[in-house]
Amino acid sequence: MTDANTLMVEKYRNSFLKEVEANVEEGDWVRMCMQCGVCAGSCPLGPHWAHPPQEIFMMIRAGKREEVLTSDSMWMCTSCYNCIVRCPRELPITHIMHGLANYAHRLGIAPKMNPTRRFAKIFWDNIASSGRVNELTLSIKLYFMDGIASGIKKGLEMMGVGLGLVKTGRLNPLGLISHSGVKDTKGLHAMLKKAKEIEDKRKGLA
Amino acid sequence: MAKKEYSFYPGCSSERKASASNYLVSVETISKTLDFKLNEIPDWNCCGASIGYAEGGELPRHAMNARNIALSEKHNAGQDIVATCAACWLGTKETHERLSKSSQLLADTKEALKEAGLDLDYKGEVPIRHMVEVLIEDYGYEELGKPVKKPLEGIKIAGYVGCQTNRPFGVAGESFENPKYLDKLTETMGAEPVESYDQKVTCCGGALAFSEPEKSQVQIKKIIESAYDHGAEMIVTPCPVCQMNVEVYQDQINKKYNTKFKIPVTYYSQLMAVAYGSSAKEAGLNGNIVRATRLEEIASKK
Amino acid sequence: MADEMKLAAYICKGCGLADRLDIGQLKQIAEREGKAKIVREHDFLCNSEGVGMITKDIEGEGVNHIVIAACSRRAKIEAFNFDKVAVNRTNLREGVIWSQPDTDEARELTQDMADDYVRMGCAEVVKMQIPTANPNAGSNKRILVVGGGISGMTSALEAAKAGYEVLLVEKTGALGGMVAKLHKRVPDLEPFKEPADTQIDDMIKAVNENSKIKVYLNSRITKTSGAPGQFSVNISQESGGTQTENVGAIVQASGFTQFDASKLERYGFGRSKDVVDQMGLEELAKAANGGVIKRPSDGKEVKSVVFLQCTGQRSPKEGELSYCSGHCCNTSIKQAMYFKDANPEVDAMVLYTDLRTPGNGEDFYRSAQKKGVTFTKGWPKEVTADLHLKFKDVILNDEVEVQPDLVVLATGMVPNSGVDVEASGGAPNLGGDDDDAATVAGEGDAGISVLNLTYRQGKDLPHLRHGFSDSHFICFPYETRRTGIYACGPVRRPMDISQAVEDATGAAMKAIQAVENAAQGRAAHPRSGDLSFPSFRKEGCTQCKRCTVECPFGAIDEDENRYPKFNEGRCRRCGTCMGACPVRVISFENYSVDTVGSQLKAVDMPDEFSEKPRILVLACENDAYPALDMAGMSRTKYSPFVRVIPVRCLGSVNTIWVSDAMNSGYDSVLLMGCKRGDDYQCHFVRGSEIAGVRMSKIGDTLQTLNLEPERVQTYEIAITDADRVAQLIDDAAQMVEKIGMSPFKF
Repeated sequence: MTDANTLMVEKYRNSFLKEVEANVEEGDWVRMCMQCGVCAGSCPLGPHWAHPPQEIFMMIRAGKREEVLTSDSMWMCTSCYNCIVRCPRELPITHIMHGLANYAHRLGIAPKMNPTRRFAKIFWDNIASSGRVNELTLSIKLYFMDGIASGIKKGLEMMGVGLGLVKTGRLNPLGLISHSGVKDTKGLHAMLKKAKEIEDKRKGLA
Repeated sequence: MAKKEYSFYPGCSSERKASASNYLVSVETISKTLDFKLNEIPDWNCCGASIGYAEGGELPRHAMNARNIALSEKHNAGQDIVATCAACWLGTKETHERLSKSSQLLADTKEALKEAGLDLDYKGEVPIRHMVEVLIEDYGYEELGKPVKKPLEGIKIAGYVGCQTNRPFGVAGESFENPKYLDKLTETMGAEPVESYDQKVTCCGGALAFSEPEKSQVQIKKIIESAYDHGAEMIVTPCPVCQMNVEVYQDQINKKYNTKFKIPVTYYSQLMAVAYGSSAKEAGLNGNIVRATRLEEIASKK
Repeated sequence: MADEMKLAAYICKGCGLADRLDIGQLKQIAEREGKAKIVREHDFLCNSEGVGMITKDIEGEGVNHIVIAACSRRAKIEAFNFDKVAVNRTNLREGVIWSQPDTDEARELTQDMADDYVRMGCAEVVKMQIPTANPNAGSNKRILVVGGGISGMTSALEAAKAGYEVLLVEKTGALGGMVAKLHKRVPDLEPFKEPADTQIDDMIKAVNENSKIKVYLNSRITKTSGAPGQFSVNISQESGGTQTENVGAIVQASGFTQFDASKLERYGFGRSKDVVDQMGLEELAKAANGGVIKRPSDGKEVKSVVFLQCTGQRSPKEGELSYCSGHCCNTSIKQAMYFKDANPEVDAMVLYTDLRTPGNGEDFYRSAQKKGVTFTKGWPKEVTADLHLKFKDVILNDEVEVQPDLVVLATGMVPNSGVDVEASGGAPNLGGDDDDAATVAGEGDAGISVLNLTYRQGKDLPHLRHGFSDSHFICFPYETRRTGIYACGPVRRPMDISQAVEDATGAAMKAIQAVENAAQGRAAHPRSGDLSFPSFRKEGCTQCKRCTVECPFGAIDEDENRYPKFNEGRCRRCGTCMGACPVRVISFENYSVDTVGSQLKAVDMPDEFSEKPRILVLACENDAYPALDMAGMSRTKYSPFVRVIPVRCLGSVNTIWVSDAMNSGYDSVLLMGCKRGDDYQCHFVRGSEIAGVRMSKIGDTLQTLNLEPERVQTYEIAITDADRVAQLIDDAAQMVEKIGMSPFKF
């Protein structure tokens, strides 16, 4: 993974902006930011960001590659789309944040222990395997991602929530053995494999 | 007039014994009253949700959604795709828009779809709609009010619209900052909308309720507190994630902040089912962890 | 005056007047107290029958002074438009029944008001004479345009298109001005994305080929005298010859000079040849002509360029410009595109304080971003001789150092506004702040006079702020303080090409209005069409010079015997001279110390114990009086103890009116004029300000009368202040209640 990172550093030696434009989803919008800061003021988790979107854009233009890609800022995005609808320049900010997070993750330099990054991976693996979310295995994996002891602790904390859902028929306690995904898992897997292949090729990550 | 038919994308949370299964129950109930038919897209898959981007990336995510659209085109040709879940709607609609704008993305997506045996001529012609749009646009408030048998009189309800049915696409004619459709629906069902509810489009944390529970619960607390402050006795929402986040963490928030939250969080479709005279079970009220007792009372009345 | 005066009063009963007022009583007052020979009432005076009745009296009965007691003078202007008679419009509708409650209790006081207004109307009109036009009118309709840049050429072409002869005087040897030095211009047409051709050569050609335009190159104006319709100007060539020409109006489009970048050594100018100002960059771009731009020091292709915005402008430093020149952000955007268009690989960065892109510049800005121009918010600190640029990135809070191949400084515009006549002692500088005007003004064209006016008040147009020519920029652009002379383009405020073109067109239209009005001996804006003009009783004049100094329009010179010499054509009929005159010898035929004085004395003054105080309002007819009318229209109620007299401008208020009012027993006097100061709204520029100065001195007078100073107040009123004027009147009534009635009631 870090090889991919080295490769990209080499390729875009002088311009992180160009790298972002080429490799990050909707990255070619970054240059259009006019630094008004409406996004920063509109973000529900704004106070928890090291760098609000507008600053991230400026850092990209200033070539601060390492700082941007290793930042946990993008991982604070809740996908509420407030920034998108308010941006006077109509930048697809939410998507750019997602794109940056994905790119940093793909290069292997995103913050390793960031909980959202880890949850996102568990989530995708969960849906990619059967085609649909298995809410039980998803939550179990999530609680146990830091090991058994912490998993049990979190599981106990969440016991009330879980029991409530089970009682009201909104969580299947047998989800471990009886989850129904899509029928054509083979096709789905092949499709996803192909899609990833094409995407890597396009971004020179193959 | 021919019966309205839609190509239905229920999404993972609406599955049996999943977190929004009661949403589906209530939607099926009102579909009978309003006389429309939901044809489930055969073998649909997850939309990637709002968190799928990080590992899934761009093309695999769009491929997932394109697969659903392609399956709909194949099996439910000509029917509008309708989702009940905000994330499902948003994800599908976003893919639909992006594919229509980029011929390269479309070509790449088609190539990937081929692997899933969907060697289709992806047209992307049918609109991707949320159930709320179907109700407002294909029926309208007046029409929706006609079947009301038991008006939800005297119940003060905060319409929590949340994010993803509202942004970035939203419902036509509504503002992003103060959408009114839930209030209007609530009023149509005979209840009293809390129009001054000022957290109606505040984010509940979404998927980050799992990964960043503390930060998300601060959001949820704001959403519930404002509902109480403005005199609401119930919250209504169009989104499964909103419903779940605002409902199930109330105990944890109570513990942490020494609050006494116990407010029912229902779907608009549950209100409608009860107002239309359906039973508590048909309205999916047994799926609410914080029981919506006022609705249950009305439902049990003859 | 030809015939004997014959006064008639007409009282309207429409619009509810008859329901609220005792019309019979009003008629009686007009007849007995007002001495009207004819008094008539009518149900609907403004209809054709009512107007016909008046016309019949004028034609048949020889009536030449009339009082129309109906609605405000601002209503039914066309209906009540009678030639060659003196007219008073007694305002019973907006000023009385609409501003007073319709109740039985209020009836008496409402009637009192109406009675007084009829008395006042009759008293005024008998003091008025029917004005005749300026006998010294000049009818020259040629227009002189000073400056052959894009503003001046636009004015010349527009005036010529409208059929007027134009003289165009340019100090250099070629037309085109600054625009001719540009490689391209900021676009003014859809889609506002690419730098555009200036097309200045086409314009120069059009000017040269136009038979109505006569061009003088290498020429300056060395003398300007006269008045609208009859200016005489000396045009002197560099070679030495001088021609004297007559013109009717003048457009001053003398443009700007780039701020002197050699004062900006800290940004590398002078230290390195590769630091240029924006005009310097235009020169490089012209040389490159679409190819790659080469740097001055060694002719190497520029691979990276940084534009520093706001250099030497928006600066607190002495000797630099404190203001924003408005065009420079768009100009830098355009210049960055020169580089990107020739070679997209060039790094072009604009380092800005606040990117300001007026007009359609936002689209242009976006286009530059799309082309890959980088925009960084930051403050430049220093540029060294070897082109190390240090700046603070204020978004990222970083100290940054880069070394581009070329640095471009966005310096500002310094107006070529000639001599600062107020600083050089021509006239008192009543307002004005202590900013860079004095230090930088004049630098534009080295303090050389542009017009060389022979006026008592100095050689050039007065400046307002920062050395720009004052041009009534809030309300009436291009109007200067010299009638018949209109400023346009960057000499009156910083602006870009599109704005200058629009400006020049507007100024040409103003000049045309001026020559047309002058030819008929009438006033120009805002009393457009007024035939009256000031005259003075020489035998009473003490040669104190206040009128010559205070006239906002430089209309009054001095004759060889040091008496004031009125140039009627330059006069705007504001009456500021009349207000200034301590011996009250200046008057207009239809507006004088007497017309107002007799009104305020005509009021029936109740005694000290009547509990009926009287508050006099002298309201400027331009904003305050309309605001009072609007209060009436919106049925905003105010105290019935008020009596309002419209005045032309607070500048025309002679302090005698205030002391007369106090002596006659008024309990309070309120002066309501327009906003003054640098962002003045006074239609006569300084009238309101001058009134403020005069009234500040009235305290002494009050003290000698043993009266409280708060009884006299001066207010600035905007035309939208309908609610506020009512409130101010009520406040005055309350104040009187608190401090008690005036003891001067006889």
